[in-house]
Amino acid sequence: MDMLKGIRAIVRKDLTAELRTKELLSSMAIFAVLTIIVFVFAFDPTKAIVRQVFPGMVWVCFIFAGILGLNRSFVSEKQNDCITGLMLCPVDRSVIYFSKMTVNLIYMGIVEIVSLPLFTVLFNYQIPVKAISPLVLIIFLGTLGFAAVGTFLAALSSNARSSEILLPVILFPVMVPVILGAVQATAAILAGSPAVEWFSWLKILTAFDAIFLVVPLVLFEYILEV
Amino acid sequence: MTVQNNIPAKWKYHNVLAWATFVTTAVAVYLVFMWVPNERIQGPVSKIIYFHVSSAWLAFFSFFVVMVGSIAYLKTRNLKWDIISYVSAEIGVLFTTIVLVTGPIWGRASWNAWWTWDSRLTTTLILWFIYIAYLIIRSSFPEEEKKARFSAIFGIVGFVDVPIVWMSIRWWRTIHPTIVTSGGFAMDPSMVLTLMVSLAAFTLMYFYLLQKGIFVEKISSEVALLKQRLTEN
Amino acid sequence: MIKATGLTKTIGHKSILQNIDLNIPAGQFVTVFGPNGAGKSTLLKILALISKPTKGQVIIDGMNSNEKPEAIRQKIGVISHQTFLNDNLTARENLNFYGQMYKVPDLKNRVFDVLSEVGLEFTLNDPVRTFSRGMQQRLSIARAILHDPELLFLDEPYTGLDPHAIQILNGVLGQLNVKKRTVFLITHNFEEGFAMSDRVLFVVRGKIVYDGKKAAVNKDELKSLYLQKVEGAA
Repeated sequence: MDMLKGIRAIVRKDLTAELRTKELLSSMAIFAVLTIIVFVFAFDPTKAIVRQVFPGMVWVCFIFAGILGLNRSFVSEKQNDCITGLMLCPVDRSVIYFSKMTVNLIYMGIVEIVSLPLFTVLFNYQIPVKAISPLVLIIFLGTLGFAAVGTFLAALSSNARSSEILLPVILFPVMVPVILGAVQATAAILAGSPAVEWFSWLKILTAFDAIFLVVPLVLFEYILEV
Repeated sequence: MTVQNNIPAKWKYHNVLAWATFVTTAVAVYLVFMWVPNERIQGPVSKIIYFHVSSAWLAFFSFFVVMVGSIAYLKTRNLKWDIISYVSAEIGVLFTTIVLVTGPIWGRASWNAWWTWDSRLTTTLILWFIYIAYLIIRSSFPEEEKKARFSAIFGIVGFVDVPIVWMSIRWWRTIHPTIVTSGGFAMDPSMVLTLMVSLAAFTLMYFYLLQKGIFVEKISSEVALLKQRLTEN
Repeated sequence: MIKATGLTKTIGHKSILQNIDLNIPAGQFVTVFGPNGAGKSTLLKILALISKPTKGQVIIDGMNSNEKPEAIRQKIGVISHQTFLNDNLTARENLNFYGQMYKVPDLKNRVFDVLSEVGLEFTLNDPVRTFSRGMQQRLSIARAILHDPELLFLDEPYTGLDPHAIQILNGVLGQLNVKKRTVFLITHNFEEGFAMSDRVLFVVRGKIVYDGKKAAVNKDELKSLYLQKVEGAA
């Protein structure tokens, strides 16, 4: 219970500060929209091939926008040495991790809610109504996996001087299963395939999420050491 | 100031391993090129399997050692474990590179394509990226303690990630089957024996390289220590 | 209150603290002097459970730092030259956040009380960004005493303070002294540091080279003793 209260307090603090400046959320949203525009220019939306690469484009957009948020999540706490203030708080270190992960999940959720409809409009792509609920599930699991491992590695890279460069390089190879799982499952769902065809991806995503929510429980305190 | 000079004793030990590696490798090379018959369908190019498979085994083993060393470092904070992990990761990346080079050569001959996104080769490629990331983390932190701690954390995360990367890539390949399949590779007993000797030779080579690497790291950190003392006084 | 045994901290090859034993009874006001890079801040960080020692252990109020870190942190407040405050939030929001983390009862009134204690009750809804350095430091003092800690650590709190802020800080410290709270202060400032302390420590090159009751010396003697000890160790 105490853990949940601590997580809620940190999440509320981060969201309040962000809503005051809207610095990060606006750049994430604008970056996502720009990515869509670039895709429109790169792949002619009138061609049939677009239907095949659509799931890939959607996830590339989510992930690139998400990286912006991840990069900020611990670097922002360096200001006035707030991270030490957090470490002084009488809560387990994992509370800091889980609250930062939740914040990243919320930011990415907002970006996804903005950019997915825009994708369908600009590419004239109709998502079948019965695909919506499985799609939401897969997007949630994929985003959770990305935020879980991403927040952890963002905490690690925030200690380096060139953290913005370091994070993508160390994050992308580790999250290959999320990219594969999310893109393949999204493609199968959008194509109207039966659930058996994407069920194994659901399992992969769930397994990845579970592993990378547990690993930080053990290892996060080593990252915060000074 | 006295500097301990214990190099001669160490060299003797190194020589044992060096000779063992040299002899086994020589035997392996003899078996591969002079003794073992060619695989029936693929011909002489099939000999590359002995190097390809042995390198893959070695790479995987090195990364396992990286994880063990990383856990041991975080538990004990003894820089000895960090050096072992670091040297092992370097050897692992080297042999992963060999796998990634020999794979396409073999593939070109047997499947008529350099790269086929075969699940094993693709997993190796991702492994290569993960451990390159490990080495990049090391170079991003100049402070010894941070370098050791953060790379140890990543060394554990990277290895935990390997099975799930492998599974996801395998599923990916079963959904989109390649046009060319790797096909059966009939191994007769003489080929199995040759492969075993190659594996032994490569494993010995790993320990030889590991020992040399640790030796070099220890000397350079001793030099750094001496330099520090000189500037302090 | 604080019982530290065999504290050693090495970073890489560098030795920061060497086998420090320290026993601070409850209610004592300890002031630590020492040259830059002597390991004072590291010692404070280890005692405040921000950082872990390479060897040795810290026991605070009978609790081992490895076993009950959360319970110990609940009793600790830290004031550093960094404020630990979020610039984009208001004074009240910052304190509300820390109050929630420390589970402070009756938070609303408590926040108002500490803000008036540091003279910021009229700017409680202004973002910290708009505060002057002195105001930020005062808010930082309010943050540190919000959960009424039994043990207060101060790392060079006087750097960059205007006279008004120094007065407020001394007022807060005086009150803590009256309440018999334990205080661990690191400073270069002999005037301020000496005034309230019960006990004086010199840390030089990772070792405690002097440990004495304040009553034993006067300020000028202490100064010359300090110079003697620092030069003696170098």
